[in-house]
Amino acid sequence: MTASPTSRSPFAFLVGDRGGAIFLAVLLVVGVVVPVLHLAVPEGSALHLSSYSVTLAGKYMAYALLALAVDLVWGFCGILSLGHAAFFALGGYAMGMYLMRQIGTRGVYGDPVLPDFMVFLNWKALPWFWHGFDMFCFAMLMVLLAPGLLALVFGWFAFRSRVTGVYLSIITQALTYALMLAFFRNDMGFGGNNGFTDFKDLLGFDLHRPGVQVALFVATALALALGYVACRLIVGSRAGRVVTAIRDAESRTRFIGYRVENYKLWVFTFSAVLAGIAGALYVPQVGIINPSEFAPINSIEVVIWVAIGGRGTLYGAIAGAVLVNYLKTTFTTVLPSAWLYFLGALFIVTTLFLPRGFIGILGHRPRRRRAPLAPPAAEPAP
Amino acid sequence: MNARQALMRLSGRSQSAKPPPRHGALMAGDPVALGPDASHGVMLYLEDVTVSFDGFRALDALTLYVGTGELLCIIGPNGAGKTTMMDVITGKTRPDHGSAWFGQTIDLLGLHEPEIAQAGIGRKFQKPTVFENHTVFENLELALAGDRRVWATLTARLSAAECDRIDEVMHIVGLSAHRDSRAGALSHGQKQWLEIGMLLMQNPRLLLVDEPVAGMTPQEVERTAELLTMLAGEHSVVVVEHDMEFVRSIARRVIVLHQGSVLAEGTMDEVQADPKVVEVYLGE
Repeated sequence: MTASPTSRSPFAFLVGDRGGAIFLAVLLVVGVVVPVLHLAVPEGSALHLSSYSVTLAGKYMAYALLALAVDLVWGFCGILSLGHAAFFALGGYAMGMYLMRQIGTRGVYGDPVLPDFMVFLNWKALPWFWHGFDMFCFAMLMVLLAPGLLALVFGWFAFRSRVTGVYLSIITQALTYALMLAFFRNDMGFGGNNGFTDFKDLLGFDLHRPGVQVALFVATALALALGYVACRLIVGSRAGRVVTAIRDAESRTRFIGYRVENYKLWVFTFSAVLAGIAGALYVPQVGIINPSEFAPINSIEVVIWVAIGGRGTLYGAIAGAVLVNYLKTTFTTVLPSAWLYFLGALFIVTTLFLPRGFIGILGHRPRRRRAPLAPPAAEPAP
Repeated sequence: MNARQALMRLSGRSQSAKPPPRHGALMAGDPVALGPDASHGVMLYLEDVTVSFDGFRALDALTLYVGTGELLCIIGPNGAGKTTMMDVITGKTRPDHGSAWFGQTIDLLGLHEPEIAQAGIGRKFQKPTVFENHTVFENLELALAGDRRVWATLTARLSAAECDRIDEVMHIVGLSAHRDSRAGALSHGQKQWLEIGMLLMQNPRLLLVDEPVAGMTPQEVERTAELLTMLAGEHSVVVVEHDMEFVRSIARRVIVLHQGSVLAEGTMDEVQADPKVVEVYLGE
């Protein structure tokens, strides 16, 4: 986007992005209303939101951020990643390691350094990769680096070898499956199949206090808003147009001189980092992280959220994640066995009748980007 | 400003004329970076080029030249070697022997496809491929010569000169009215023009155009003829085409290829009167 008069405004990226503006407004309202209803409205009042609901809302926000990450690579770059839950889980594990180190002597075995599962396994010292996780800053750095580096290395090999389409989807499934198997092993040092749980506090604040839950919810909503803005700025830049060009005509893009593999690698890595942040925000709210987060089905579900919500719009992915997970919560309390059938049916109906997802029903056309307004070619005097 | 004037301004190469950066070592006086030296009036020179596929000679000691600013048409029956010749020029196919020079200083046989493109040879394939979900303006913007690295494009802003440049090219290919239309919504002919426009954005010296009027309406054919005639002069243009009427309407010099070498050469009337050509086209 170029020199249009509006580009000076800090909200210039929202010009022409009606869906995004609506989404950010709704998010702002939710981000204010949920804490107020939980903290200010007395318990017993019909309007009071339970701490369960606050945590649930926070969980949906984390899922929405994950869906946003998937929409960026799939909807805009055409990379159908069926392994994004792996990056989500890695971010979650990095956060979990920090939370485990925070427990300290309050664990069942009371060891000041070793987490309970290590004492249980008779380990004498902390494995080398657990060092530093007692520091919040270091742990947060790992939240970004662990998924980012994995995506960078994986993507470097995959995109350089020009692995595309269904083959790429399959190896991303293999990636997340391999990680799941690895994390299930006790001697990996990540708590085996129990993973991490029984967290006590974060930065010294008790995770079970209402105020802390609200703070986590607000942090997640904020991360979602910032993630949305970052993605919108990327897809609105020339690099974003190159990425979409790669999706639509990869060899043509290469032919006019763009290094396609670099663009793919960059988008994939950024998206993995977003997924990692989502995982890190998810873990303290649900209070547990274990290897089942790496299950291949999880990554596929994320893709279904995006498809149902509306691919290639960013806000559609967010709407899809919230909608499907809300339905899942409702359904699994009423009719748990029917949920997967319902999800499958929903996916089929969306694919057949709603190619642009549920967002398409609302009549939001994908954003028509205004080309910069340049003065019309002047007619020179003859 | 009419299209011709727009072209003349374009030909000044004053705006953003710096060559795109090449990956790899750039030596002082590197002929590729300097662009072709066509001061002796020859833009492309093929000599004795032979290409065989499993014993079949697609090109058989082909020798031809393309003059600076010339519009050359190449015709010939199927299998005459027209596409193979373009493949050799753009680096897609390596000949068994022979030489190919771009200007007097650039040996095309030593370069890879992107290097040849950067040296200034643009090629339009038969089937038009444009970015369907981008607007006409955005298609041209993506083809704009410049830094192609990720970070550079992430922060790229179009300068006023670049905007003008895009508008000029849009004007030349006759798509100004469709500036903000999605390229996927254009007609087949308009897509072909857009693709030619995308080639022009890269400042080529030599344009290779493969069957530009296939599938076009008569009006579109006429418009394409005007466009190619207009581009010749500033650019050297080589057109490969089956449509004889079209070739007659644009050609100054025609080369007839047959079995991988030049069968006849001259104006359209001359080659059509040539008994060898009549024999090849009409059979014995």
